[in-house]
Amino acid sequence: MSVLIYTENWDGKFKKLSFELVSYAREIAKILGTGTVALSIGNVDDEELKKLALYGADKILKVEDDRVKNLDNSVYTSIIAQAVEKEDANVIVLAHNNVGKAIAPRLSVRLKAALASGVTALPSSTDPFIVKKKVFTGKAFANVKLNSDKKVLTLAQNSFGISEGAGKGEIETFSPELADGYFTTEVKDVTKVTGKVLLTDAEIVVSGGRGMKGPENWGPIEELAGLLGAATACSRPVSDEGWRPHSEHTGQTGKIIAPNLYIAAGISGAIQHLAGVSSSKVIVAINTDKDAPIFEAADYGIVGDAMKVLPAMVEAVKELKADG
Amino acid sequence: MKILICISNVPDTTTKIRFVDDNTKFDVNGVQWIINPWDELALTRALELKEASGGAIEKVTVITVGPKSVEPTIRKALAIGADDAIRVDAETEDAYEVANLIAEAVKDMGYDIIISGIESSDYNGSAVGGMVAEFLELPSVSAVSSLNIEDGNVVIKREIDGGSEIVTTPVPFVAIVQKGIAIEPRIPSMRGIMMARKKPLNVVEPAAASPMTEYVNYELPPAKAACKIIDAENVKELVTLLHTEAKVI
Ligand SMILES: Cc1cc2nc3c(=O)[nH]c(=O)nc-3n(C[C@H](O)[C@H](O)[C@H](O)COP(=O)(O)OP(=O)(O)OC[C@H]3O[C@@H](n4cnc5c(N)ncnc54)[C@H](O)[C@@H]3O)c2cc1C
Ligand SMILES: Nc1ncnc2c1ncn2[C@@H]1O[C@H](COP(=O)(O)O)[C@@H](O)[C@H]1O
Repeated sequence: MSVLIYTENWDGKFKKLSFELVSYAREIAKILGTGTVALSIGNVDDEELKKLALYGADKILKVEDDRVKNLDNSVYTSIIAQAVEKEDANVIVLAHNNVGKAIAPRLSVRLKAALASGVTALPSSTDPFIVKKKVFTGKAFANVKLNSDKKVLTLAQNSFGISEGAGKGEIETFSPELADGYFTTEVKDVTKVTGKVLLTDAEIVVSGGRGMKGPENWGPIEELAGLLGAATACSRPVSDEGWRPHSEHTGQTGKIIAPNLYIAAGISGAIQHLAGVSSSKVIVAINTDKDAPIFEAADYGIVGDAMKVLPAMVEAVKELKADG
Repeated sequence: MKILICISNVPDTTTKIRFVDDNTKFDVNGVQWIINPWDELALTRALELKEASGGAIEKVTVITVGPKSVEPTIRKALAIGADDAIRVDAETEDAYEVANLIAEAVKDMGYDIIISGIESSDYNGSAVGGMVAEFLELPSVSAVSSLNIEDGNVVIKREIDGGSEIVTTPVPFVAIVQKGIAIEPRIPSMRGIMMARKKPLNVVEPAAASPMTEYVNYELPPAKAACKIIDAENVKELVTLLHTEAKVI
């Protein structure tokens, strides 16, 4: 038996979420009294792979087949399914992001394994296997019982956190069988945003809504984000208007995020917006309307004009940083 | 070419979520039901593709798994413009069962593009589309934010963390779609509503399928403590609190 984690890297570096997945899997393995196996696809050097051991990876399988550089759902499913068989894994953990959502359902059918997606905590019991997941777009949680031998879980990002706990960290090359006919998705072109903090990875997010009045007023948001090492985000109308790129749209129909700190300036706090941000640990609201629903979701609030409050925040953060 | 859209019947996005029977059941009292927003956008895009195809796309079908009570949602899809509909007559427990039933119902029907939404707004499984693909042993592309047909070939934009990719895939295949696939959902016209009444809605018996999971009970998130309001003239205090009290900066 083992708990298998599908880790993701970005240009050969692991994302924070991979460490969170390993931390989570390690705790499940502890409950089950088994070990963990982390699977890595793509070119990642051994030094980077070793990092997974800090969080509890006992074995690290690396797949370096040049044909699997890009995500092909069927191929990735085959690779993971073969690793599951080889390692006799009975719990498989993936991230609840675009990649995990693409593979986990296929894997569930391939392995005849029950799937719980968007889980937010360790199983409350393992026999029967019951785990908590998000439902109704974050408005509630459900405890789901998984009635099969093998289980596939996708973990909601930032819901468990990263914790250290050493694993054995034995690296092994794994060469799954992949017939050429398996490959169907061909990537023609890639556009990557570089040099910016990824919204889904960010610890702090500074976000603006229609109350910001226009794209020309985003200066203080950018500056504050820069100072805090934060990502920038926005409400849906803001991206619909083209004030900000679509990749920044958060909410039910945009990105669902769970940073440590979410600063919402000029955002009313519509239910569909909150669905994407309400899992943030701390929410700060800046709004001229003291009755705006965002204040019900917020931990700290300022009733005031964002055009004045944000620059003042920039100054205060600069002072804080200067004081060290 | 034929397109199939999987549509899910979900509570309106503004529904207040409550549970009954010792928190074991979702309270459907007073709930307004809608087509899952992604599925509505998927249908809109399929209709745009059909209209632009010069007859190459013959048909857009919607399929749903559910009891008779979901028929108003199916009629709405027909009113928006779907040519016909299939309802697999079953009350289901989970995505595995739904996908199994969809796959069994359509496996010999020759759909070239099967589309599902990335997530239903009720159980947030993000599962049915990928599972249908696996049951049917078809390729799938997920997080699709744009779907085009160029010279008979499918060209897709999919979202990846921190960017996007343009990809191609052979048909038949399953597209799992998200934001961007269409901008605004189409609204049924008067004429559409009239015509929908006459369009075929085929009710099929479910194949044998069983769920893999069981929803034991539900919880609401813990109530938030009241918001601490800081004076607009004293922004510095906010920053200090975030540093010393909340410890997030
Ligand atoms: C099916 C569906 C899905 C949706 N999905 C999403 C989604 O994913 N994400 C999303 O964001 N929305 C979504 N929406 C839209 C959502 O309902 C709201 O319309 C939207 O979130 C409002 O955006 P906003 O807060 O920026 O604008 P508004 O609601 O217009 O709020 C602007 C706020 O700014 C305040 N303000 C004005 N001037 C200032 C100032 N100088 N300083 C400070 N504050 C000021 C105002 O008091 C107001 O509260 C969805 C809607 C539907 C129907
Ligand atoms: N009962 C259903 N009938 C038909 N399609 C469904 C059903 N449930 C979910 N789907 C499809 O699967 C997508 C994802 O749903 P889910 O896996 O439940 O998050 C939805 O957007 C629909 O396209």
